[in-house]
Amino acid sequence: MTDAAYSTTTERFQKRLKQRYAAERRFRLLGFAAVASSVLILAFLLVSMTMNGIGGFQRAELRVPVNFAQSGLTIERSRLTDSDAVQALEQAGLATAVSFAAEQALGSQGAAQLGSEAWREVADRIIADPALLDRSVVLTLPASDDLASGLRGTGPEDIRELASSLAADGKLSRNFDAGFLTRSDATDPQLVGIWGALKGSFLTMVVTLALAFPIGVLAALYLEEYAARNRWTDLIEVSINNLAAVPSIIFGLLGLAVFLWMFPNMRSAPLIGGMTLALMTMPVIVISSRNAIKAVPPSIRDGALAIGASPVQVVFHHVLPLALPGMLTGTIIGMARALGETAPLLMIGMRAFVATPPDNFTSPATVLPVQIFLWSDEIDRGFVERTSAAIIVLLLFLLVMNGFAIYLRNRFEKKW
Amino acid sequence: MGTEHTVRSFDEEITRLRGLIAEMGGLAELSAQEAVDALIHRNLELADAVVVRDKKLDALETEVDRLSVRVIALRAPMADDLREVVAALKIAGMLERIGDYAKNIAKRVERIGVSKAFEPLTLLPAMAEVATDMVHDVMTAYAARDAALALDVIERDTKVDAFYNSIFRNLVSHMIENPSTISSAAQLLFITRNLERIGDHATNVAEMVHFAALGTYPVEQ
Amino acid sequence: MVSNQPTETMVPVKEASALPSDLTPKMSARDVSVFYGEKRAIDSVSIDIETRYVTAFIGPSGCGKSTFLRALNRMNDTIPSARVTGEIRLDGVDIGTMDVVQLRARVGMVFQKPNPFPKSIYENIAYGPRIHGLAENKAELDEIVQRSLERAGLWNEVKDRLMDSGTALSGGQQQRLCIARAIAVDPEVILMDEPCSALDPIATAKIEELIDELRGRYAIIIVTHSMQQAARVSQRTAFFHLGEMVEYGSTSDIFTNPVKERTKDYITGRYG
Repeated sequence: MTDAAYSTTTERFQKRLKQRYAAERRFRLLGFAAVASSVLILAFLLVSMTMNGIGGFQRAELRVPVNFAQSGLTIERSRLTDSDAVQALEQAGLATAVSFAAEQALGSQGAAQLGSEAWREVADRIIADPALLDRSVVLTLPASDDLASGLRGTGPEDIRELASSLAADGKLSRNFDAGFLTRSDATDPQLVGIWGALKGSFLTMVVTLALAFPIGVLAALYLEEYAARNRWTDLIEVSINNLAAVPSIIFGLLGLAVFLWMFPNMRSAPLIGGMTLALMTMPVIVISSRNAIKAVPPSIRDGALAIGASPVQVVFHHVLPLALPGMLTGTIIGMARALGETAPLLMIGMRAFVATPPDNFTSPATVLPVQIFLWSDEIDRGFVERTSAAIIVLLLFLLVMNGFAIYLRNRFEKKW
Repeated sequence: MGTEHTVRSFDEEITRLRGLIAEMGGLAELSAQEAVDALIHRNLELADAVVVRDKKLDALETEVDRLSVRVIALRAPMADDLREVVAALKIAGMLERIGDYAKNIAKRVERIGVSKAFEPLTLLPAMAEVATDMVHDVMTAYAARDAALALDVIERDTKVDAFYNSIFRNLVSHMIENPSTISSAAQLLFITRNLERIGDHATNVAEMVHFAALGTYPVEQ
Repeated sequence: MVSNQPTETMVPVKEASALPSDLTPKMSARDVSVFYGEKRAIDSVSIDIETRYVTAFIGPSGCGKSTFLRALNRMNDTIPSARVTGEIRLDGVDIGTMDVVQLRARVGMVFQKPNPFPKSIYENIAYGPRIHGLAENKAELDEIVQRSLERAGLWNEVKDRLMDSGTALSGGQQQRLCIARAIAVDPEVILMDEPCSALDPIATAKIEELIDELRGRYAIIIVTHSMQQAARVSQRTAFFHLGEMVEYGSTSDIFTNPVKERTKDYITGRYG
């Protein structure tokens, strides 16, 4: 016997039902609005970054025809394979030959605006292809920073006029600068490149990963599987959670105080930077690994124990493989954060001007975000575009890292 | 018996089963009494009533069969519930047989043409009383789940057997002395036999009552 | 086989008394109590388990039958607050003094929800023998895998797809896989904790048939909340209630004429 006053057939129920559906619609609309605004912001960021940065992948270059055969440049071919080939070419008078050819092609004013180190790029090309010395080629050489500004429409009037006239003659143009990705830091924005910082970032990341991942994973395994549940382990858990929230600059202070005291000669090395970042990344890895381990259902552990597996076998044969996707995700999140860190590395001194890419883990280096920071500090307007271009490179690097992580995670994902 | 089943309808079914058995017992006892009554007072109408009543007993037995099978299939009874159902099934058969014997006696009433002074006939009421008392008491024992009373009923069967032997000898010697009464005496033989069988079946019911209550059969004496 | 119940020549045991000395029980418990912190989950249980019978533990939820089962292969050790007192012996040896890894290889366990490892069918079975070093080479391992799957009645269904994932099988097959996995390490006792409660009636019937086939080769103890299953599958039944073992006897006696009022109330549905 139904009590009609309280059942679902009353008007009260109908009214309430309408309210509920209205609330549903509102919520969906809100959700959609949130997603849409996030997408818009992201799109805005990407578009503005790209628009600013695209110019950074180009540079102003001058066309200089050079006839090496008739330049009077003599050098033994064998010397070109020596390590000091560049000095040999300099001694042979490459710089004069290049500026002479420039004067011929561009006039004295134009030649004065040739990049001061342009001859080095010619040297590199000759070393790469010695046959050039027998021929007459048209080289595209970097213009000076002033001329580049002039082409952009800034700077002194006379330079601007020179730039437009050279451009009209087809001798000055903005071309795609592939060398941006292979050259290292320089004072002249026309000659600057990102490779040094890229390699430095890569080496630093390797150190960070090699230290943070094993320590973090093993710590998580111990805390979850072996440690007794008492006040001490609770304290450790709270400490690790707090460590993950500590501002990164504190780790820089720690790195400065401890690591540089231990290795005073390696101020700007990826090893020190990697160790500092590993300290910062480890708590993140421990937390996400612990959660991944907790998510492994106890039935798997029970099944393994019941068959007579020892605790270590249970952990490494059963728990770890199942927890791996979660661990990898956490690791990648931590690594991505570490990749973008500037403050701690600045503190330990990875802000040196490093004109050549690092050879190994102990040679001076810099990392991408620090490089970006340093360039953004420069007065020269030419660096503005380069900075945006470097930001794009950093974003791409992150994208590749995340993509690789997602690929790894999907590969190891097992259904239980 | 302790608490009720958690599923109330199970209790209702068991109660219904027991009710059917009680009804059958009442009818069987009545039939046995009335059949002997009809015999002694030559009451043909009473005899007919007994014959008619037997159909009801048959119908009740069929219903007990059906209900028992249903309970077994649907309830999967255990322990004392199981014994209860098995006992009900078997007791129904026995009570139906008692009814049949009473009907048999009633049918023979009109075929007997002797006077009341027929000597062996005097013992018959006493025997009948013992037999019908056994049926009455065994049904009481069933209702109360009283194993002691059931054992008591079983012991009384010896009395019925003694009566039977005595009446049998009497009739035989009577037949030898008065051959003209053979046909009537033969009927009386059958009637006495039926009464003895009623006593046996009452004993069987008592054994089932004992089993349902205690889970064991009474020890053979 | 007409009936799986013992004949008159076997003496039914009504109380948890000691059996005649020439029939040494496979496992025996004396005054075993299990505590979770301060709470007592099992109260002084004594019981003998023989290989020739399948023993069923029945009782209402929370009565401790699963807890007691887990004490038999020391799975309670994994719970920090659990404490077991009293003596449990396997072939006369106190299991508290045995190496727990070896104990668990000798006393296997099958769980309520089938829990195959997320590996291939072959790997599921081979894992146990491999870690215990039971096979010398791959050929022997293959043989162990095949034999275990045959004994579990699964071989014909999976012999062509041994490399498929164990979790891709149906529920009933997964449970038989878990039984095969337990068999692969050549146990002496198999503990089953409500093995059919997650399965449909047909899968359940196959498992029950399997239990009947394994009877006598392994001492099987099955915890079940279905009295009909206990009645079908076991020859010995123990009724647990509020942590105590109330009655232990032959299955046909328990279900036709139990001694204790509590047992009778439970099995006739008068409990609660």
